[in-house]
Amino acid sequence: MAELLIKEGRIIDPANNLDMVGDLLVDKGKITQVGKVTDTAQAIISAQGLIVTPGLIDMHVHLREPGDEEEETIASGSAAAVAGGFASVACMPNTDPPIDNEATVDFVYRQAACAGLANVFATGAITKGRQGKELAEMGQMVRGGAVAFTDDGSGVQNPAVMLRALQYVRMFDKAILQHCQDNALSQDGVMTSGYQATVLGLPGMSPLAEELMLYRDVQLAKQTSGRLHAQHLSTAGAAQIVRNAKQQNIHITAEVTPHHLLLTDQACQNYDPNYKINPPLRTQADIEALRQAVADGTIDCLASDHAPHLRSEKELEFLHAPFGIISLECALGLYVKALIDTKTITWPRLIEMMTINPARILGIDKGTLTPGADADITLIDPNHPWRVDVGKFKSKSRNCPYDGWDLNCRAVCTIVGGKVQFQLKSDPCLS
Amino acid sequence: MPQETADKAGLKSAQSKIKQKFTWHRKHLLSLQDLTQEELVHILDTAEGFMEVSRRSIKKAPALRGKVVVNLFFEDSTRTRNSFTLAASRLSADVLEFTAKGSSISKGETLRDTARNLEAMGIDIVVIRHNAGGAPHLLSDCIDACVINAGDGYHEHPTQGLLDIFTMRQLRQDIRGLKVAIVGDIAHSRVARSNIWGLHTLGAQVYLVGPPTLMPSAVKQLPVTVCHDFDEIIGEMDVLNMLRVQFERIGSSVFPSVLEYARLFGLTVERMKHARPDVIVMHPGPINRGLELESEVADGPNSTVLRQVSNGLAVRMAVLFLVNQAANLKKKTDK
Repeated sequence: MAELLIKEGRIIDPANNLDMVGDLLVDKGKITQVGKVTDTAQAIISAQGLIVTPGLIDMHVHLREPGDEEEETIASGSAAAVAGGFASVACMPNTDPPIDNEATVDFVYRQAACAGLANVFATGAITKGRQGKELAEMGQMVRGGAVAFTDDGSGVQNPAVMLRALQYVRMFDKAILQHCQDNALSQDGVMTSGYQATVLGLPGMSPLAEELMLYRDVQLAKQTSGRLHAQHLSTAGAAQIVRNAKQQNIHITAEVTPHHLLLTDQACQNYDPNYKINPPLRTQADIEALRQAVADGTIDCLASDHAPHLRSEKELEFLHAPFGIISLECALGLYVKALIDTKTITWPRLIEMMTINPARILGIDKGTLTPGADADITLIDPNHPWRVDVGKFKSKSRNCPYDGWDLNCRAVCTIVGGKVQFQLKSDPCLS
Repeated sequence: MPQETADKAGLKSAQSKIKQKFTWHRKHLLSLQDLTQEELVHILDTAEGFMEVSRRSIKKAPALRGKVVVNLFFEDSTRTRNSFTLAASRLSADVLEFTAKGSSISKGETLRDTARNLEAMGIDIVVIRHNAGGAPHLLSDCIDACVINAGDGYHEHPTQGLLDIFTMRQLRQDIRGLKVAIVGDIAHSRVARSNIWGLHTLGAQVYLVGPPTLMPSAVKQLPVTVCHDFDEIIGEMDVLNMLRVQFERIGSSVFPSVLEYARLFGLTVERMKHARPDVIVMHPGPINRGLELESEVADGPNSTVLRQVSNGLAVRMAVLFLVNQAANLKKKTDK
């Protein structure tokens, strides 16, 4: 008898162009049947009223291990991931020490296996120590299982280094994920430049700091045919640069966060560091442009940039507090609020951006419900009103501006490799 | 006259100058942007009343007797700190001087912890100067005492703005329609911002003068006129408020040299010839002689630099008095 049967859900699998009501049969950690299933199974989940998708993937999270385990660990981050409906995450290498060699890449996978919750994929640094000067041992890191390379937290400042990185990485057919930020232009900025920064008396970061580096890297990608992925786009200008590049068939992909689809710099009015993020919150016009870029395919995937920080650090003055907020556990609901409720896109497009698209960028065998694929499955209740309560988060950190927000959509069950790793008891749909 | 009677008379004279119908409600003074016209005028009128205290032989009024005022200065400042210390002691308060080292990251105690520790000792008013815009806001959220912003990053310096406006009112009576030029590094100036908000609310016309590289990014959205040619507008101005030049910025990528700045934006004797003969020349101090102001101008008949310092004392007494009054009112209504 098969292990698990998920019945009568709305199956959305963009990789296979599927959007139908049906059943899913799982056995020995793999998907065995999709559609009308007559077999029975040891465990049965009724998915009536729920959306059944490939396990969601968040390709931009910070798990803080090694080095900052008080903020988050791979274990607590994995727990947060599955609670948010994510079966797989790709974690960033700006840890302490940074993940710039095979040993630390291997460490991430070992810790993830110990936690045994979500699939955690390690990204490695582009340059040694993330210093932006010498290329890191990408080959060795690929051997250790690294899926992509990024100096995230910072961008590679030197164009010659970035050029070589894009050339070098072609050997392994991996992507360079770039945090676009020209440090000379952004200097000591703590929020976007503009009226709010002027009135609040805080140093601002011009959109140019992001857009100039993005434009530069697009040209470098064109020259080298390397695979470029632009992380956390935050401005209309950045979206347009990506759009133009795609029209020229340059190999570029892009992601956007929940906060850049929902919040503006006005949120910084009370100097609350829970709105201090890098890249910073911008304007309503930027939000509209980013949503449009999601709709027209300019942006390929949604990624949270989950960035845990200690309460004591986020309670410092806005000027001195660290950048970053967490959202793994409510990101799905936020994407729905920003994109589905506003009628910007439909469910299949949303799921595509959270499954097959990030899987392709990372080159991992995930994000589909094709029979034979790993049984990573997320059950989503699109009609589940709930209030975000950071006190109940599985994450170790609490720096979340969405605390108290009312959302309508929630992941109610996350299955990884055929095992149920998260199940919301209170959902009426689940038996 | 025995001192007590003199004190009562002094207070009475202060209060008589205040329109009785208006009650001050703010426990904190964090910015001038938040204040209404009524509130601004009320502070200025209260300050007017306190001018008299400074003229007595025994310069004391009992308004804050038994109260503890803490000067929480995270940034170096002898001038403003001394002004607040003197203002508080003229009102008979006990003053605590707290000069914290640098910012609160790495080794130092956090602002929150520092404030809570002080509060545990029983304090009534905190006067804070900090390099981070918004630090006074943070403070007002985590302690019960009154908070007065003595300058936070380049956000605001409310008492400086108030004493500047008080000086203008002293010499011109009506702020409405007054043409005020603020000259210098506007982008990084909390004095400029406070002046802009206070003057705008009271109906003055504000002109910002300086190089484009030293104007804030969204300056066009502020209620001001921007001008990069000092000589073009100097003839129309009633007030010239010359900001202090910060040397770290000169000679950097924002401005080439001291000479260039002095020639283009310094108030020289030559430039004064094109200004109105009764133009008010102001400067928050300390002056870089030969840079913002030529010596003869700084010491000349149009300069109000020293008057500003005296006015500063009265304004700060008024602010201390008013926030304390609001706190007492709140305690009464909370009971």
